[in-house]
Amino acid sequence: MAYETRFDGRRFDEIRPIQAKAGIIKRAVGSGWFKIGNTEAYAAVYGPREMFPKFKQNPETGVLRCNYNMMPFSSAGERVRPGPSRRSKEIGMVTERALRPVLDLSEFPNAVVDVYIELPQTDAGTRCAGICAASIALADAGIPMKDMVCAISAGKVEDKILVDLNYEEDSHEQGVDIPVAVLHNSKQIALLQMDGEISPEDLRRAIELAKNASDQIYEAQKAALKDKFLLKE
Amino acid sequence: MGEIKVKDKDVVVPGETLAVGMDFLPSYGTYREGEKILSSRLGLVNVEGKVIKLVPLSGVYQPKKGDTIIGQVVEILLTGWRINTNSAYPAVLNMKDATSEFIPRGADLTKFFCIGDYVMVTIINVTSQNLVDLTMKDAGLRKLMGGRIINVGANKVPRIIGKQGSMVSMIKQYTNCRILVGQNGVVWVQGEDPAKELLAINTIKKIEQEAHFVGLTDRIKEFLEAHK
Repeated sequence: MAYETRFDGRRFDEIRPIQAKAGIIKRAVGSGWFKIGNTEAYAAVYGPREMFPKFKQNPETGVLRCNYNMMPFSSAGERVRPGPSRRSKEIGMVTERALRPVLDLSEFPNAVVDVYIELPQTDAGTRCAGICAASIALADAGIPMKDMVCAISAGKVEDKILVDLNYEEDSHEQGVDIPVAVLHNSKQIALLQMDGEISPEDLRRAIELAKNASDQIYEAQKAALKDKFLLKE
Repeated sequence: MGEIKVKDKDVVVPGETLAVGMDFLPSYGTYREGEKILSSRLGLVNVEGKVIKLVPLSGVYQPKKGDTIIGQVVEILLTGWRINTNSAYPAVLNMKDATSEFIPRGADLTKFFCIGDYVMVTIINVTSQNLVDLTMKDAGLRKLMGGRIINVGANKVPRIIGKQGSMVSMIKQYTNCRILVGQNGVVWVQGEDPAKELLAINTIKKIEQEAHFVGLTDRIKEFLEAHK
């Protein structure tokens, strides 16, 4: 059976509607909110601040520490058990590695920049939404960074290559989900994971699709950051 | 011939192209990649002739030699006090830099400053590892008694003070409060009348929110007139 029209009626290269905001968490140094379709992510940045536990301090450069958390009521199915899990620790780690290439923390030896990503509502593509929100939050916190990071999932359902899978497509029997994080200017890839099986040619096409879609995400991130500093009466 | 892609006083995001061409020079907050000059943080563009730099709009305070700051005592050491500087790095106020009084060996240092006290101090040295030394031996540096402490963004401090202190003296004049502004974004306010104290705090918060707009002094004057 061929996958002709997508479950939510989108084109195969069309992403879900995006909304983004900066500076929504007042007590954080920087914060961002990113919503793509029904997936929603909040990111709060604290620091640079003193690193505890002290043995994790790095006297040569500052450290980035990411924390990913799905709220108990966030998923469409069962309640998510609160607290850290194997999955959330892994996603925290890959988020950290996706963001590190653009950050320059050499000014902050022994310090830490903490990023907390919270997901109140999820519909696939959470790590991508989290990275997009974290990128806004880090920029808002005034941390030196040479570029923005835009993340989007690409993949394959049955015979079709597509971008921005929703939960129905992600959990499809013959679905392949590939989260991709792209540095906007250089188009370098900072995160690439895969769930499922795909041929090398199809993988290349999927990544190409994700790179093209990342421009739309960048525009949303940029608009969110600029909007925060507009004069509002 | 190079081309500039943004206007003066534009807000730019990290990685945005500011100018193309070799006849522009990248300064603070920008970097060059090939022909292009890109921004390396969120900030306000400032073009001065050929030099392009960014004025930061947000961020945590970074200790700098010569800054006068307001800190809080967090720990008593053998020979001084550890002070929280509202940044990633705590500072040390040595007793020889704190007072000219003779302090005998083994004396109780809480007689001078206790944990939780706020002090106005100057940074005398910052090392490459960001170890910070403080002094209190200068005019106007002292322990702060009473009053209220508020925190603002360290990047907004120049706007709160204003040109030659014009903004802060305007607030003092309207509210009859004593105000001290530390470069680290800690502000101390003390007034006779609690309502006036609150007005001073609200005014400072308003300045913080609208720091990057033109004509700020007039807007603040209007605000103070309206709430007098």
